[in-house]
Amino acid sequence: MNALTSQSDFLAETAAVRIAMAAPRSRFSLRLRENLAPFEAALGLSLGGPLGSRASAGERETLRLGPDEWMLHTSLADAGAVEAALSALYATQPHSLVNVSAREVSFVIDGPRAAELLTLGCPRDIAKIAPGSGRRTVFDGVTVILWRDAPDAFRIDCWNSFAPHILDLLKTGARELAAEAP
Amino acid sequence: MLLIHCPYCNETLPELEFAYAGEAHIARPQNPSEVSDEDWAEFLFMRANVKGLHYERWRHLHGCGRFFNAVRDTVSDKFVTTYPAGAPRPALDSLLETSAEGGK
Ligand SMILES: [Zn+2]
Repeated sequence: MNALTSQSDFLAETAAVRIAMAAPRSRFSLRLRENLAPFEAALGLSLGGPLGSRASAGERETLRLGPDEWMLHTSLADAGAVEAALSALYATQPHSLVNVSAREVSFVIDGPRAAELLTLGCPRDIAKIAPGSGRRTVFDGVTVILWRDAPDAFRIDCWNSFAPHILDLLKTGARELAAEAP
Repeated sequence: MLLIHCPYCNETLPELEFAYAGEAHIARPQNPSEVSDEDWAEFLFMRANVKGLHYERWRHLHGCGRFFNAVRDTVSDKFVTTYPAGAPRPALDSLLETSAEGGK
């Protein structure tokens, strides 16, 4: 998918990595305890699989964050349809769907050393996050959601208030990995 | 850094993703108003503080978000095992055997 607003929007661009702000998306936190099938039917995608599994259909994509918790991204235009589809289930299938679009932003990171850049703030072994999956983890003390879109391409979701902190570290790392003067 | 196995993620992950949450298997009295002051104080404040194998709660804070239980040796800081919240506490004997064999 094209997560960038335009190619000229890079916040940092070095020989090692490029960092950009992702275009605005609708973001939902979905919590439900059991019986995935009606929700999968309503959303048109699969919610199962081990933690960290992703699924997508059209503009919608989900990442399983916990046994009973998913992050759902979709286009701004599709938000109403998502809310309508799940509110129809509400009477028979208790769940929580919270629109958290205003809470988070995403940075798009790609380039030959993108995975290495993330090791600056993330204590995990990035190699164990398979392309096409994702995880909630920590980046320099901040809870983030990592989406690994390809071996060398990631998105990192974080809360608005932490974005400048994370971006600063990413920019510093991008220059450092390319051994460029600040 | 300690590596901790999350029984929900089924992955062994760095301590920085986790938060410690005190001694495990301490049940809140069903009806606090019927409990004597001594018993209530016991529930609120008194902890085993063992030297050796300690049953304790952890939360995978920057991850799946789940609370789970662990058995950790407070002398060596080694995690003997972790298990989901709500599961019965594993018997010490079997843990020590596994531990002696070098199990996780
Ligand atoms: Zn976990």
